[in-house]
Amino acid sequence: MGSVRLYAAVAAGSFRRYATYRAATAAGVFTNTVFGLILVYTYLALWDERPQLGGYDQAQAVTYVWLGQALFATLALQGGGFEAELMERIRTGAVAIDLYRPADLQLWWFAADLGRSFFQLLGRGVIPFAFGALVFPSALPSDPWLWLRFLLALLLAMVVSFGIRFLVALSGFWLLDGTGALQLLMVSGMFCTGMALPLNAFPEPLGGIVRALPWSAMLQMPADLLMGETGALRTYAFQAGWAVVLLVLGRMVQVAATRRVVVQGG
Amino acid sequence: MDAFIELDGVEKVFDVRRRTGFLRRERRQVRAVDGLSFTVARGEIVGYIGPNGAGKSTTIKMLTGILTPSGGRLRVAGIDPARERTRLAHRIGVVFGQRTTLWWDLPLIDSYRLAHRMYRIPDARYRENLDRLVELLDLESLLEVPVRQLSLGQRMRGDIAAALLHDPEVLYLDEPTIGLDVVSKARVREFLGELNTERGTTVLLTTHDLQDIERLCSRVMVIDHGRMMYDGPLAGLHEAGESERTLVVDLERELPPIDVGPAARVVRVEGPRQWLAFPASESAAPLVARIAAEHPLVDLSVREPDIEAVIGRMYADRETVVPGARNS
Ligand SMILES: Nc1ncnc2c1ncn2[C@@H]1O[C@H](COP(=O)(O)OP(=O)(O)OP(=O)(O)O)[C@@H](O)[C@H]1O
Ligand SMILES: [Mg+2]
Repeated sequence: MGSVRLYAAVAAGSFRRYATYRAATAAGVFTNTVFGLILVYTYLALWDERPQLGGYDQAQAVTYVWLGQALFATLALQGGGFEAELMERIRTGAVAIDLYRPADLQLWWFAADLGRSFFQLLGRGVIPFAFGALVFPSALPSDPWLWLRFLLALLLAMVVSFGIRFLVALSGFWLLDGTGALQLLMVSGMFCTGMALPLNAFPEPLGGIVRALPWSAMLQMPADLLMGETGALRTYAFQAGWAVVLLVLGRMVQVAATRRVVVQGG
Repeated sequence: MDAFIELDGVEKVFDVRRRTGFLRRERRQVRAVDGLSFTVARGEIVGYIGPNGAGKSTTIKMLTGILTPSGGRLRVAGIDPARERTRLAHRIGVVFGQRTTLWWDLPLIDSYRLAHRMYRIPDARYRENLDRLVELLDLESLLEVPVRQLSLGQRMRGDIAAALLHDPEVLYLDEPTIGLDVVSKARVREFLGELNTERGTTVLLTTHDLQDIERLCSRVMVIDHGRMMYDGPLAGLHEAGESERTLVVDLERELPPIDVGPAARVVRVEGPRQWLAFPASESAAPLVARIAAEHPLVDLSVREPDIEAVIGRMYADRETVVPGARNS
């Protein structure tokens, strides 16, 4: 009970922290809207050539774009969450402070990242999404229960996203220079989440492989759920499965890291 | 006496891998702490000093449990820190002068609210401790200020308060006065002194500012190359370092170095002013009497031995000691 309050406080603090970055938030909203526009026109041209590409009609393709822009920062699809900060703390030795606290490293950063996700959903996601839905044809459902089911999928997507980035961040204990790992995260995020092109539209067998990877739990599956392309149970099972695998893996790596940890710096 | 911190032959060896060429790596071992043994009793305030790279921070990290010793036995309050780091965390407070535990982008008070939850401090106690610390460390006007906007001295006071909200039994301070101005330093020292006398908090203080030690610590431990060089009262350090006091005399006119026998020797002359060094353990009175009787004395003053110089000598001696050929 006491720890629930602690991690709730961590999440709330993190939410407030991101809320103080007003200029960055405004710039983010602008970028996501512009990128959304570029992608929408590209997709419209592409879907003119190949109608029903990946099983989407044009309205679905457009909705997919705006969903991607809305979740880009929320799910840190190409990085940009806590991971760079944690890596920096490992590199400089400031992680010592995280380690001697009577709190769990993984839970602490998970709570902090959730707080960030929620802020960015509201602060950076809502405006581009609403803009897209109002200006362009859209395939959004009217069933409120479906929206609720989507929100649960979004929560699970946050867990999976955290799980991947926590592993990337912990690699810092061995690598010390995290630039490469962060770049890998960015590139994998661009292709494997379906930010560039929906995973449904990938040629086989590549599509089958990518859709089985955890990245597809972040954007692709929640999008399909919202647009009625797939069922809730299937989505949850896939997301929860990867969430458990990633969190357990993260936990194991954390134990190994803190056991052999060499905290840097005086 | 109740030994609160116990180290027995503690060692910490770092494996350092270094690139020596393309794909060639060399492995080297650094003995940061090398067979260190000491105990600190409950309620003591101990200065822990040594030159850069001596192993002070490494020792503190082992005491908090974030580094595991490579050898030896280490206990804090009967607990093995590396094994039960989280349990021990509730009983210790740490201030790393070069880093902050505070939430960088948020108002100071948020960090304290977090500590409230993290250490599960009962509400009434939290409020009482917060009020007291805010008053003693003069934080009232800073509570709503984001930490990144605080000056170094303000932030340090904020960090010290954060480390004490949960009433730790021991406080480790790693260079808490680094970069502070004279006023802030004095305030931090005064606060630590009060904390120790009034609350009985055990304090282990690492610093390069020897005035911190002079003001606060009756006992000082000097380490170098991970080994204990001296452990005892501050006064004893002067003897160990064969320290000298300085008598500064102003004469009526420029004179050659005055002769006052074997009790002192002139170390410097500048116009009518002369500096005389004499053993710190001797009284200055006979010397002053003799100078006044034999020379045209106008004014004089006595300078206490410079502890910095004493310790500097200790550090330097250490470098030149050849095993088996020690001359002292
Ligand atoms: N993570 C590490 N990896 C390798 N060597 C290390 C590491 N941390 C410390 N050392 C080495 O251990 C020795 C002791 O370092 P430590 O930080 O304990 O010194 P210190 O007494 O705190 O010095 P300072 O006064 O400069 O803060 C140094 O030689 C340092 O190079
Ligand atoms: Mg140090």
